[in-house]
Amino acid sequence: MAKAMETICIMCPMGCPITVTETDGVFSVKGNSCKRGEVYGIGEFTAPVRTVTALVRTKNGGVASVKTSSPVPKDMIFDILDGLKKITAPKNSRIGDVLVKNVLGTGSDIVVTGGN
Amino acid sequence: MYFNVAVIGGGPAGMAAALAAEKKGCSVVVFERDKRLGGILNQCIHNGFGLHYFKEELTGPEYAARFAERVKNAPGITVYDEAMVLSVTPERTVTALSPYAGLITVEAGATVLAMGCRERTAGAIALTGTRPVGIYTAGTAQRLINVDGYSVGKEAVILGSGDIGLIMARRMTFEGVRVKLVLELMPYSSGLKRNIVQCLDDFEIPILYGHTITRVEGAERLRRIYYAEVGEDIRPKPETEKYVDCDTLLLSVGLIPENDLINGIGIKMNPLTSGAVADEYRQTSVPGIFAAGNVLHVHDLVDNVSAEAELAGSAAADYAKGVLSHGEACAVKVGAGVRYTVPQTVYRGTGKVDVYFRTDGVYKNKTLKAESGGETVFSKHRLILTPGEMERIEIDKSKLKDSLTLRLE
Ligand SMILES: Cc1cc2nc3c(=O)[nH]c(=O)nc-3n(C[C@H](O)[C@H](O)[C@H](O)COP(=O)(O)OP(=O)(O)OC[C@H]3O[C@@H](n4cnc5c(N)ncnc54)[C@H](O)[C@@H]3O)c2cc1C
Ligand code: SF4
Repeated sequence: MAKAMETICIMCPMGCPITVTETDGVFSVKGNSCKRGEVYGIGEFTAPVRTVTALVRTKNGGVASVKTSSPVPKDMIFDILDGLKKITAPKNSRIGDVLVKNVLGTGSDIVVTGGN
Repeated sequence: MYFNVAVIGGGPAGMAAALAAEKKGCSVVVFERDKRLGGILNQCIHNGFGLHYFKEELTGPEYAARFAERVKNAPGITVYDEAMVLSVTPERTVTALSPYAGLITVEAGATVLAMGCRERTAGAIALTGTRPVGIYTAGTAQRLINVDGYSVGKEAVILGSGDIGLIMARRMTFEGVRVKLVLELMPYSSGLKRNIVQCLDDFEIPILYGHTITRVEGAERLRRIYYAEVGEDIRPKPETEKYVDCDTLLLSVGLIPENDLINGIGIKMNPLTSGAVADEYRQTSVPGIFAAGNVLHVHDLVDNVSAEAELAGSAAADYAKGVLSHGEACAVKVGAGVRYTVPQTVYRGTGKVDVYFRTDGVYKNKTLKAESGGETVFSKHRLILTPGEMERIEIDKSKLKDSLTLRLE
């Protein structure tokens, strides 16, 4: 069975429109102008990841900004965001403080990046 | 009060300029109208900052905090926060007003302008219709959500596909707002491809190129926007008009350097950048007044802002100490395909000088050439050049003649 995906390579401003196809475990990338596009395309097709940046509420009613310490699977973004709605940053939390360790088993931590 | 160097604005440009001047042994004062240093970075909570400067990917507040920490630990730098600069004279007298320090007047050996930029508003782009609640510039919405912790609406449309608009499409999606549509006047986006993919495509947010808003509707709260395809003359075609219901409209229609402060003090302006005309050291036409960051020209990468400001701060220190010297001036001119350059004057001498520029459109497969005195001093083939990405070339100063021209071939 062949599976395919269309996207844009983001590795340089050319932004080549690429098509990634998998046939019986073999990948082929079309539309890319260079090798980097092939590597990017296969990565996006097999295991797309994103760094999530968002807000959590603080004890005094304000907000603090947070990020995942490393990119997490793209299809887990909204599960992670849901989890963030349930936590509150302690008073005087500082940049670099870890609020959640190994969030949803991704191996990535929720880290404070700023706030008031 | 006297300081060797006075810096106006405490964003990334102001902080880097202050640190560079202090490093050269100068007494430095920084005026920042906000409660804290960091400028616009404090509201940019997404990552993608500092890859060049720190060699790691940081969020805006993290990038700002690293510089703010250095400023705090620099014994030669005095910071006035919540201090709004009201005026600066050609003789470099800077007057500021602060709620707790009152009126502050400073004489400075050199001044660095680092006031950043502001956003074009609905007024500036002549939006027709009523003026209901729910229309924000993308940057204002960014601040309301990320710093103040407010929510802005439930269903949104974004006009303009610059990076701030794209980033806000994702940010609002994360906050539970349904972003229904992005409209872009041009046939392409000035934003990064990465932001198109990761802020729109990831969440299946549609973007229409060559479209604009024709009018807005709603009594108190925004209710509906009408939009249409534009023709070759960039005017909307009435027969293509459609509508979409939404309670929020974000405008991401461009940034302009914030130069009101220096109106009428004789600083020559460049109509193409909306900033001051500047030389290799980012010195303006008024000796001793320097400028760096978005107040000079709108940057897309904060890393470039920091680098430019270090150059300006260091040169301002030299000026204050009376040791800023240079070779003969050489005007930088724009040729085919080039919209503007910064700086607009470079100097003959030894070593290298970086010239930054933007193209006036999207070009593929072009050779970028710099010529001086009839000779090619730089040439490089490029697969693509877009106005959204600032370009940089390095010129050997010993090869400079009377003028330097940049063009695409
Ligand atoms: C709304 C918005 C969002 C942006 N988002 C991004 C982004 O997501 N990613 C990115 O790479 N770049 C972004 N940018 C570009 C970003 O502005 C630059 O990368 C960088 O922050 C510019 O630094 P700066 O120091 O020149 O200006 P700013 O960061 O704007 O700093 C200027 C400072 O000067 C102060 N100031 C101004 N006038 C006075 C006065 N009269 N007296 C005292 N203080 C004064 C201001 O309060 C401010 O703190 C954004 C720009 C804007 C306007
Ligand atoms: S495939 Fe190569 S040329 Fe095309 S966008 Fe990706 S990196 Fe750039």
